[in-house]
Amino acid sequence: MHYLICLKQVPDTSEVRIDPQTNTLMREGVPSIINPYDAHALEEAIRLKESFGGKVTIICMGPPQAKEALKKAMSFGADRAILLSDRAFAGSDSLATAYILTVAIQKISETDPVDIVFCGKEAIDGDTAQTGPGIAQRLGFPQLTYVIKIREINQGWITVERKTEGGLEVAKAKLPVLLTAEKELNDLSYASLPNMMKAAAYEPEVWDVKVLPSDLSQMGLKGSPTSVSRIFAPEAKSGGEILDGMKEPAIVAGNVVEKMFQQNMIMVDPLAKGGDDK
Amino acid sequence: MEKFDVIVVGGGPAGLSAAISAAKAGVRTCVIERGDYPGTKNIMGGVLYTKSTEAVVPEFWREAPLERPVIEQRYGILSGDEIVSMAYRDPSWDQPPYNAHTVLRVKFDRWLAQQAEKAGALIITETVVEDLLYDGDEVIGVHTGRSEGDLGAKVVILAEGVNNFIAQKAGLAKPLKAENVAVAVKEIISLPTEKIEDRFCLEPGQGATIELFGDSTQGMVGTAFIYTNKDSLSIGVGALIKPLISAKWTPNDLLDALKAKPYVKRLLQGGEIKEYLAHMIPEGGYNAIPKLYRQGVMVVGDTAMFVNGLHREGSNLAMTSGKIAGEVAAQAIKIGDVSERSLNHYDDRVRDSFIIKDLHKYRKTGEFLESNPHLFKVYPEIASKAMKKFFTADETPKKEVQKQIMKMAFEKRSKRELLGDIFSAWRAFK
Repeated sequence: MHYLICLKQVPDTSEVRIDPQTNTLMREGVPSIINPYDAHALEEAIRLKESFGGKVTIICMGPPQAKEALKKAMSFGADRAILLSDRAFAGSDSLATAYILTVAIQKISETDPVDIVFCGKEAIDGDTAQTGPGIAQRLGFPQLTYVIKIREINQGWITVERKTEGGLEVAKAKLPVLLTAEKELNDLSYASLPNMMKAAAYEPEVWDVKVLPSDLSQMGLKGSPTSVSRIFAPEAKSGGEILDGMKEPAIVAGNVVEKMFQQNMIMVDPLAKGGDDK
Repeated sequence: MEKFDVIVVGGGPAGLSAAISAAKAGVRTCVIERGDYPGTKNIMGGVLYTKSTEAVVPEFWREAPLERPVIEQRYGILSGDEIVSMAYRDPSWDQPPYNAHTVLRVKFDRWLAQQAEKAGALIITETVVEDLLYDGDEVIGVHTGRSEGDLGAKVVILAEGVNNFIAQKAGLAKPLKAENVAVAVKEIISLPTEKIEDRFCLEPGQGATIELFGDSTQGMVGTAFIYTNKDSLSIGVGALIKPLISAKWTPNDLLDALKAKPYVKRLLQGGEIKEYLAHMIPEGGYNAIPKLYRQGVMVVGDTAMFVNGLHREGSNLAMTSGKIAGEVAAQAIKIGDVSERSLNHYDDRVRDSFIIKDLHKYRKTGEFLESNPHLFKVYPEIASKAMKKFFTADETPKKEVQKQIMKMAFEKRSKRELLGDIFSAWRAFK
């Protein structure tokens, strides 16, 4: 089995702020991390490799410094890491990114066919959740998104549990397949020292447009129909009001109900007839 | 179990200098650092000395992420809202051979780690060394917190910083005492470049440092500092833990009180706090130096108490001790003898360097300052009152001014006490 993970290096969004004057992201000094959903995808691939054998390849599109993310990813026990990096890729939206990643996966598959492509369900910096499905579509692979559990891989078929709005869906697909991972898929494990050492000495391969035979018009800004019209910070919620219910709870409860009526949180149905009205 | 020649525990200036010199000497070297990368957990006031750094990385200033070359060092004594200060400035210190630079350790240490990698050392991050690995009495490596976490080494260099856990377990160092350790807090406050250069009277790119005594530590043994970075100021204050405990001051309150001083407030005005940092500083000096070596092990940097608080020197002692340890390790491995007797060479070389000579010179200073707390309270008052009288033009004849100054000084400290202070100060600093 050959597992391939599409990994993205993202700014740690818990530390990104928006400049209130210019409405632009203040990225300076914000550390870069492996997109958390991708880390769960990688963890699952490593676990599958440990139980069924096989090989784990990681690809990542990004600037040269994204090598750091790949080196770190290697410490979890992957076998190969490739950075897709070229000025021509800069400014790619999810459509163009899916194209570039697809071309890379096809190239890898020429010598070493991929059985399962893993993506995170979305990247925490864009939250679009489009790139994974975009790759599946281009590769012609079935896609199983929002996967929270792999139940079985048997005779060329995979059965998974998917998280759906308010429920859970069990789905089955024929390999090769593309999965997108939710955080519930697994708990991340702590890399072993030998793997840490292997990763520290590992130098990821770097592929640019010369290595990846591809259509320049489908990548970068040219290949990206998405335009960001505006970024804004959601208004901060006000603190709310706290009523002390320790003294005279009945009166406080009455006040709460009154306030709810005032705010139209509860409405009186004009057609309803009160039970004890005379 | 994978085996290295040298394992360095800790990726700060001492450890990385050890790794660079060992790797350059051609032995297989590995650094184990607990942070995300070297620099993330490393803190100091922020002055890096050229000579010791250049010995580790020649002409480092061409590439290293430095903030500003220091051309002025100012010393100030705070008393209430008043300050008595003195400075030395040499504009030629802004070019090679520099004397010192301000740095931000997150950037600088990361860069230094890259130099260690270039020299051939392997750097393992996010990994904690829990203990040394023994075969009988012989140290044969380290045990880390990761699975399959043992790693072999002929020599282990302990550069674990002020918290000397491994050195303690190895029987080299003793547990830290509250009177031997200071705690320092620091803020990095962003300010536009032009404002920094205007406020400190600097040409573009030049830097200055200010050390503040007296009320900056509320009379406790310690100092405060303000250093200029490219587009921020590092401001901090540190005091020995023991007086902090007995005076019930938190370091954070010390910093707030310092920032409220009129002289300091004006320098920081309009700045925005970017980072808050805190760290312990080993201030035990000569008398608290642990045993520096044993078979297969050497102790460097903060772990070895190599800090000269009086001159706010630490990073240079760390780097020089690291470099010597790295060289001694490589030499010992080449001749195939890592016994205690062989590594004694490290001790000899450190004692022969400025590190132990300087610490020896000030071996009585720490105790002197601690046992004379009035020095940090009474003398700042005398100094500022004397200066005030001296500079006030109120038609008092100058001879009378002189008399008043002497009278004021003797009221605060009797002639006998003054003489006593001078004598014991001479003994402590000679």
